[in-house]
Amino acid sequence: MTLLEISVELVYMVAVALFVIGLKRMTSPATARSGNQLAALAMLVGIVVTLFDKNILNFELIIAGVVVGGLIGGIAAKKVEMTSMPEMVALFNGVGGASSFLVGLGEYYRTGGVDLNVDVLVTIGLSILIGGITFTGSIMAFGKLKGLITGNPVTFPLQTPLNGVLLLGSFAAIGYGLFETGDPMLYLIILGISLVLGVLVVLPIGGADMPVVISLLNSYSGVAASMAGFVINNKLLIVSGALVGSAGLILTVIMCKAMNRSLTNVLFGAFGGDKGAASGGGHGSIDKTIREVSAEDLAVMTAYAQRVVIVPGYGLAVAQAQHAVREVADILEGKGVDVRYGIHPVAGRMPGHMNVLLAEANVPYNLLYDMEDINPDFEKTDVVIIVGANDVVNPDARENPASPIYGMPILNVDKAKATIVLKRSMNPGFAGIDNVLFYKPNNYMFFGDAKKSLQNLVSALKEV
Amino acid sequence: MLNYVMPLFLMSSDVAEVSQAMGSDPIKELLVNLFVFLLACFVGFEVISKVPNTLHTPLMSGSNAISGITLVGALVVAGHTYFDIPAWLGFVAVVMATINVVGGFMVTDRMLEMFKKKDEGKK
Repeated sequence: MTLLEISVELVYMVAVALFVIGLKRMTSPATARSGNQLAALAMLVGIVVTLFDKNILNFELIIAGVVVGGLIGGIAAKKVEMTSMPEMVALFNGVGGASSFLVGLGEYYRTGGVDLNVDVLVTIGLSILIGGITFTGSIMAFGKLKGLITGNPVTFPLQTPLNGVLLLGSFAAIGYGLFETGDPMLYLIILGISLVLGVLVVLPIGGADMPVVISLLNSYSGVAASMAGFVINNKLLIVSGALVGSAGLILTVIMCKAMNRSLTNVLFGAFGGDKGAASGGGHGSIDKTIREVSAEDLAVMTAYAQRVVIVPGYGLAVAQAQHAVREVADILEGKGVDVRYGIHPVAGRMPGHMNVLLAEANVPYNLLYDMEDINPDFEKTDVVIIVGANDVVNPDARENPASPIYGMPILNVDKAKATIVLKRSMNPGFAGIDNVLFYKPNNYMFFGDAKKSLQNLVSALKEV
Repeated sequence: MLNYVMPLFLMSSDVAEVSQAMGSDPIKELLVNLFVFLLACFVGFEVISKVPNTLHTPLMSGSNAISGITLVGALVVAGHTYFDIPAWLGFVAVVMATINVVGGFMVTDRMLEMFKKKDEGKK
């Protein structure tokens, strides 16, 4: 190895170290921001030092590509709203996957597909396969979240076997590629299969499960990057890709645990969507009267409470009510009320989504309590204000074995002295299930757009 | 200074010649890469297993940005030749990966700058 090549390898090691340290720092709120910046620095270092590779001749294309990509990515990142974060992550992930299969294909064309070792041929095939699935899968996830594609699971007969056959077919094609070196058509076919597979795999998954899908696809894009690393023999790619691959996988598992469903159930179970009231599971006999409350009544209830817990859900994000909810909390705290926030792991479209929204509204993060931490306290809580959350506070998950959400860990808000549900109407939530909480004797419905309702509450509280 | 550095440069080309003669072993290379891949997976599991729920979204966004490391591979592919198919494929790959990297880190930073503790937050 030349001195230059040795130096490049050493700098790659530094970049890897920075990635690991940065990722580690992202696990604590106090150091998370610097951790992200460290990772960005690592990326910059890795990119700059790669440009010293004496094999690079064509700087014009590279600079043009980086400028174009940087502008698009930067503008998109600056303009996106916090509520659309999950969609953005899906989109960014998708283009990352595209990059991986393009690298795989590009390497094949560059070398002409001859005189390649077995491992290179296999990893070219894998980076194309995984990159392709990541690309179209992510676009599907984006579509489902934005409502461009139906949020209902789309199933057709023999769907899973079909996917299995396609997957096996692509493995066979990769294997076949070991014999015939020189014809790119084989790899274009693999690309085609993988693009179709990406669509087919995400199609039967309900919109509510998109966070899990995005996390899994995030993991895939890491593995795809790693495979690209095997292709061009680049350890920085191999290691960083593996880091992201395993991080994404663990996050996915954590999310499934929070929903008390297995990963296979999420991927193949065709869960959720507008199956209608039928999926409520044996509710014919209960009394379905609801009690309504006005802003003034609610102001009195909360102002004289000792403990109030606020439970945010996707409705908070949609109504952009995070600032209004903080105003309510501020006034209540001024009156000596203990105000805390109970965050369910899958509230909102993505884990941690609620936390990001509330942080945007300057809610200090030490007031945000995880489900496990706040559940024991509901019995001592006077009022729970539920803003746009639905399934995560449905007691059926705990009590009704016939319910589709039975077994999912929830926030036990019904144990509090009073619960207030802010909703636009009585329409069912994301999983299409009727919420028995609404009919409980200590529950009150506060109808209206969440932001307006909370602002009315703020005015009413000022009068109390 | 120069009289220390120059011999190093002269020696490095000898080193290159010698290892050429020995022949770089692709199987050994693959095994080393696999080893490194395996270790990286374990590191990833260990580092991420202890994340508070609060940070799951920024973490997903941040690790997504890191997966844009593919950019390094794209640079290599795009830069190796002049304006033929691999170069154009590489160009598109560079654009895509840069979107992933720049967009990903910026969006993650936007999310993380909002995390303030009670005393430092502006009220």
